[in-house]
Amino acid sequence: MSGAAYLTSYPELAASLPGFDLPWLQGFRNQALQTFAVNGFPGNREEEWRYTNLSALNKTVFVPSANQLVDEDWLNRYRLDDAASVVLVNGQFSASLSRLQDLAGKVSVSSLKQALQDNPAWLESRLGQAVTSAEHNLVAFNNAWFTDGVVIDVAAKQQLDRPLQILHLVTQADALAATRNLFVLNEQAEAEIIETYVGSVDSYFTASVNECLLAGNAALTLYKVQLEAEKAQHFGGTYVKQARDSRFMHHNFALGSGLARSDIHSDLDTAAECSLNGLFVAGKRQHIDNHTRINHLKPHGISREFYKGVLDNKARGVFQGRVIVAEDAQRTDSEMNNRNLLLSADAEVDTKPQLEIYADDVKCSHGVTVGQLEEKSVFYLQSRGIDEATARNILTFAFANEMVDKVENAELKALLLKELLERFPAISL
Amino acid sequence: MLSIKNLHVSINDKPILKGLTLDINPGEVHAIMGPNGAGKSTLSHVLSGKAGYTVTEGSVTYQGKDLLELAPEIRAREGVFLAFQYPVEIPGVSNIYLLKAALNAMRKHHGLPEVDAMDFLTIVKSKVKLLQMDEKFLYRAVNEGFSGGEKKRNEILQAAILEPKLCILDETDSGLDIDALRIVSEGVNSLRNAERSFLMITHYQRLLDYIKPDVVHVLADGKIVKSGGPELALELEERGYSWLEGQAA
Ligand SMILES: Nc1ncnc2c1ncn2[C@@H]1O[C@H](COP(=O)(O)OP(=O)(O)OP(=O)(O)O)[C@@H](O)[C@H]1O
Ligand SMILES: [Mg+2]
Repeated sequence: MSGAAYLTSYPELAASLPGFDLPWLQGFRNQALQTFAVNGFPGNREEEWRYTNLSALNKTVFVPSANQLVDEDWLNRYRLDDAASVVLVNGQFSASLSRLQDLAGKVSVSSLKQALQDNPAWLESRLGQAVTSAEHNLVAFNNAWFTDGVVIDVAAKQQLDRPLQILHLVTQADALAATRNLFVLNEQAEAEIIETYVGSVDSYFTASVNECLLAGNAALTLYKVQLEAEKAQHFGGTYVKQARDSRFMHHNFALGSGLARSDIHSDLDTAAECSLNGLFVAGKRQHIDNHTRINHLKPHGISREFYKGVLDNKARGVFQGRVIVAEDAQRTDSEMNNRNLLLSADAEVDTKPQLEIYADDVKCSHGVTVGQLEEKSVFYLQSRGIDEATARNILTFAFANEMVDKVENAELKALLLKELLERFPAISL
Repeated sequence: MLSIKNLHVSINDKPILKGLTLDINPGEVHAIMGPNGAGKSTLSHVLSGKAGYTVTEGSVTYQGKDLLELAPEIRAREGVFLAFQYPVEIPGVSNIYLLKAALNAMRKHHGLPEVDAMDFLTIVKSKVKLLQMDEKFLYRAVNEGFSGGEKKRNEILQAAILEPKLCILDETDSGLDIDALRIVSEGVNSLRNAERSFLMITHYQRLLDYIKPDVVHVLADGKIVKSGGPELALELEERGYSWLEGQAA
C-alpha cells in the first residue's frame, strides 16, 4: 500500500515529535494519521493529482534527520543579507544559523517547537485553521509528521521592519523535511516573507505546509523560491485565510527539484485581494506541478493570477488554476493567465484553468497559451550577429524575466536573475 | 564586395529567384525596384541567411568568401546588415541590450575587447540624435509597440551603430512620413563612404531623390530584367513595370 513503510515506522517516531505531551496535538496528529492510512500518498486516480505521480515517495523511505551540519558558505549563497532569517536544517530549527536579532517591534518569530512549549493554547486555536487533512493526503502527512517550523505573529498595526527569509535546507541524504509554518498577521499588520528551499544532497523529501491567517486589512507578501536539488521530491502547500480587505501577494519561483508540487490556496472574505504570480522552469526530466485555488467567498474580492512556464528536454509542467466565486461573492473581479514556452519536442505542459462561478454579477477572465520560441525572432537576433544558442537563451530569458521583474525585493531579484542566467546563459546585461 | 551569379532560389520547391546576377563594388549604392512578389525580400533574406530557402543554382561571393556557407550570425559579424521590411518585435529584450549584445558579438568576432560601457552610451546617444529619436526608445523592448515608421527608424539606428560593410535596406522608406523619410535618408547618407555598399529595395522614386543610387535595377519574376542609372527610376515611375516583363537584362 502507498505510504505503508511510513506508517510502520510512525509509532517509534511519534514520541520524538514536538508537542508529544499535548493531548490536543496528539489528537490532531492521530486523526491525520488515520486519514493518511486510508490511501497513503495521493494517486493519479484523484483529479487534482492526475498529472503528478508520487510513486517515488514509496520507493525510498525518507526519514526525519537530526543532522544539523551545514556548510555555511553554501548557505550564504542563498541567504539574503538585507533580511532577517530563520534557518531550518533537515526540518529542524537552527538557532545558531538563524539571524533574528535585528527584528524589532511587536513581532514574534519563533520555532514551532518553542511555540508549542510557550504558547500551546494560542497554537491550538490556530493550527489547522487554513487547511485540514481532508485537503489531500500530503497535508495529512504533514499534520502527522511535522518536526518543526516557524511561527510568526505580527501584532496589529505592526510590520516587520525588514523582510524575513525562511531557509529550508536539506543536507542529509534521504531525509524527510516536514515543516509546519504558521504566519499570523493581525489587523493591519504587514510582512514580507521569503521562503527558500535548497538541498546540498541529491535525494530527499520536503513536505512543508504553511498556514497564513490574515486579519482585516493585513498585507502579506510571500515569496517562494524553490531551488531544491535535482532528485529531490518537494511538496509545499500554502493555505491562506484572508479576512476583509486583506491583501495576499504570492510569488512562486519553482526552478528546482526532480518532482515538485505547490499548492497555493486562498479563501477571500469581503474586498480581499489576492495576487498569485508564478514562474516554473524545468528541464531534464523534472516535473513541476502548480496547483492554485482562489476561493472568493464574499463580495468585492479581487484576484490576479499570472503563471509562466518554461519546459525543456523531457520536463513536464502542470498548471491547475481554480477560481471559485461563491454565490455570495458578487462583484468579484478576477483574472487568470497562464503562458507556457516549450523548448523541446519532448517537453510537455498540462494547463487547466477552472472557473466555477456561482454569482451573476462578476468580472472574470482567463487565458492560456502554449507555444514555442518564434523562429523569426531567433533569426532577427542572428541577423544582428548573435549566435543561435544565445539568441534562444535571450528570448527564453526574456520570457521568464517578466515574472522576476515583478519582484520588488532587489536582493532577491538579483538572486533570481542569477539562477535564470545559469539556466539560459545569455550575453550579460 | 558582393557578387551574385546566376542565383536560383526556391521556397518549398517553388522557384522564386530564377537566375539573378548582380555585382556591387565597395562604396556603391544599388537600388532594386520591382513589382510585388518579384523576389526582392527573398533576395535580402537569402543574403542574410534566413532558413527556409533552397539555393538550387548559382553562387554568392562576399569579400572573397562563399557567403552562402556562413551562418547568419557570422554574415552579420562580417558586416552584412539587413534592415528588415517587417522588423520583428522582441518583447522583454530592450533595444539597448540588443545593440550592446550585437556590437560585442561583432567585436569579439574581430578579436576586439567588449565595448566600454561609457563609450557605448556615447556612441548610441549620438546615433539616436542623428536619427532624431527619443532616448526612451533605447529602453523599450525591441520594436514592441513601435509604429511602422519607428520600427524602420530603429533598423537604421542599429545599422548606424553596427557600421556594416554591406547594408541591405528592404523597403526602409515604406511607412515613413515625409519628415522621417528625410531624417532616415540623412542617416543613411551619413553612413555612406568609399568602402560601405548599399543594396536598397524600394518601390518609390522619392527615396532615390534623397539617397542617390549609382545603379538602379529592376527585379521582375526572379531576375534582374533591366539595370541603369538613376534615370531608370524616373522612367519606371512614369511607365510602371509592364513594359519590362519578360525581358532579360
Ligand atoms: N514561405 C513561402 N511559401 C511560399 N511562397 C512564398 C513564401 N515566402 C515568399 N513566397 C513567395 O515568394 C514570392 C517573392 O516574395 P518576396 O517577399 O521576395 O517578394 P517582394 O519582391 O519582396 O515583394 P514586395 O514588393 O511585396 O515586398 C512571392 O510570390 C511570395 O508569395
Ligand atoms: Mg518585399
